[in-house]
Amino acid sequence: MSTISRDEVARVAALARIDLRPDEVTRLAGELDVIVESVARVSEVATADVPATSHPLPLTNVFRDDVPEPALPVQEILAGAPQQENGRFAVPQILGEE
Amino acid sequence: MGTNDMTSDITRLSASDLASALASKSVSSVEATQAHLDRIAAVDGDVHAFLHVSSEEALATAADVDAKRAAGEELHPLAGVPIAVKDVVVTKGLPTTAGSKILAGWIPPYDATLVERIKAAGLPILGKTNMDEFAMGSSTEHSAFGNTKNPWDLDRIPGGSGGGSAAAVAGFEAPLAIGTDTGGSIRQPGAVTGTVGVKPTYGGVSRYGLIAMASSLDQAGPVTRTVLDAALLHELIGGHDPHDSTSINEPVPGVVAAARQGATGDLRGLRVGVVKELSGEGYQTGVSARFDESLDQLRALGAEIVEVSCPSFTYALDAYYLIMPAEASSNLAKFDGMRFGLRVEPEEGPVTAERVMSATRGAGFGDEVKRRVILGTYALSAGYYDAYYGSAQKVRTLIQRDFAAAFEQADVLVSPTAPTTAFKFGEKLDDPLAMYLNDIATIPANLAGVPGMSLPNGLSDDGLPVGFQILAPAKADDRLYRVGAALEAALESRWGGPLLNRAPELKTTELAR
Repeated sequence: MSTISRDEVARVAALARIDLRPDEVTRLAGELDVIVESVARVSEVATADVPATSHPLPLTNVFRDDVPEPALPVQEILAGAPQQENGRFAVPQILGEE
Repeated sequence: MGTNDMTSDITRLSASDLASALASKSVSSVEATQAHLDRIAAVDGDVHAFLHVSSEEALATAADVDAKRAAGEELHPLAGVPIAVKDVVVTKGLPTTAGSKILAGWIPPYDATLVERIKAAGLPILGKTNMDEFAMGSSTEHSAFGNTKNPWDLDRIPGGSGGGSAAAVAGFEAPLAIGTDTGGSIRQPGAVTGTVGVKPTYGGVSRYGLIAMASSLDQAGPVTRTVLDAALLHELIGGHDPHDSTSINEPVPGVVAAARQGATGDLRGLRVGVVKELSGEGYQTGVSARFDESLDQLRALGAEIVEVSCPSFTYALDAYYLIMPAEASSNLAKFDGMRFGLRVEPEEGPVTAERVMSATRGAGFGDEVKRRVILGTYALSAGYYDAYYGSAQKVRTLIQRDFAAAFEQADVLVSPTAPTTAFKFGEKLDDPLAMYLNDIATIPANLAGVPGMSLPNGLSDDGLPVGFQILAPAKADDRLYRVGAALEAALESRWGGPLLNRAPELKTTELAR
């Protein structure tokens, strides 16, 4: 019996912008239990007094000098795009009709 | 006949020996490069280590190096030695897919920093190697472009995610290759193919131009047949890069000198810590036996063996499988069908950007990528972040503390690299957890950012190679090479040559030349 429902998987898939077939939703609902089990184990030791580590080596803000550097040529970038128009990426409709 | 013998001789040389042959002009880079291209043509139909072979570009680089050498120009020590590059690393003008359909046919407009360095040093790039899609896997079975076979047994996995790089080097298709390691993707393929793989300290090699999976864990490194070769390649690709804000702004540790010193075989004064939690249950009998024998050899070389305990390592796999998908789900958001790669329009309904993105990702991502992106999105979604990602980051602190305490007692830590030898295709494909267990010994190093090496230390009872892992404190990568080279020399003197000499001959396809 899975703890994460098919509805939950469908909701997360929508957040992740991945179309899933119904059989994929069912399969993932079972497989995502692994994360719930991992969390349960991790919580055994991740107590309030332990600080979190986000990065393996301590680093503070890394800046470079604020001077312009040449960018890649526009045409070379656009060459890999599915669609281009007038030197720009062409994308489908972004806003709704209203 | 004569040409064929010559050809196979060149491909059997280590990178270091080939470099010497090139320097003394007994072989040209064009000859060496052609020999490897011939070998690829002869065996890669079976092995499938390569997704793309760049013959023309490689031969052009080789000819250029030969001309410069003839003109007496000063060259990098590895100039003219061919190399293969994992397909997760972007290469200007060469297709780069990261093993995914979503990037099929994409040609990057720029080079990764490590590729720039390889090109500047004059190493001909033979091609791009196969991998699990976006480096997600431990067997290369998750590549969208077919399995890579283990040269030791074509029915078995070459490890992953960098199975292509490891198989190319093990199959004598390339003397050098580039890998990347997020949870073991350089070291575990090294172990199961009888080759050497090194994950440098996090930040030791620039990540600029690597298609990121988990940014706080990813690290590129060398894949080779000898410890010295790994050191030579490590020194070439390592060092600070202003394009990567996480790159270490210090000189590369003296890894080549350490490898040469280690090869003299004197480890007196060195303390080697055996990690209690990375042995015993779950480790194949033959793997444990080779490990114990290697400890005896280190002892014979003068090292002192101590046992250390790292209790939090027990939670490393759990923490990894929260952190890695969370970071991957964020990194893979860039594959939206707008700027590069595949675009798929929804079969029905309005064609909006959002629906195109969902359709593109549904069609372009494989099962394992979908699984991890959804897992990561779930772990990062509202209400779960602290319990999931936050808790895993705390475990990361505990693992770092364990490493710090262990390195008080020992100069390096050791373990088997992987719990088992290479398994058969399909054996673990339907059981993600069993697949993930391959990385149990390699993951702690990624979570803590410390460097690790795997080198071959014998064959298990099944006749397949076993790997020995060495771990060192952050920025002390040189220790890996000192210990690794010493053990390698001792093992090869006992075996009477490299372990790969015992690999079965690959069937070769007759060349139409």
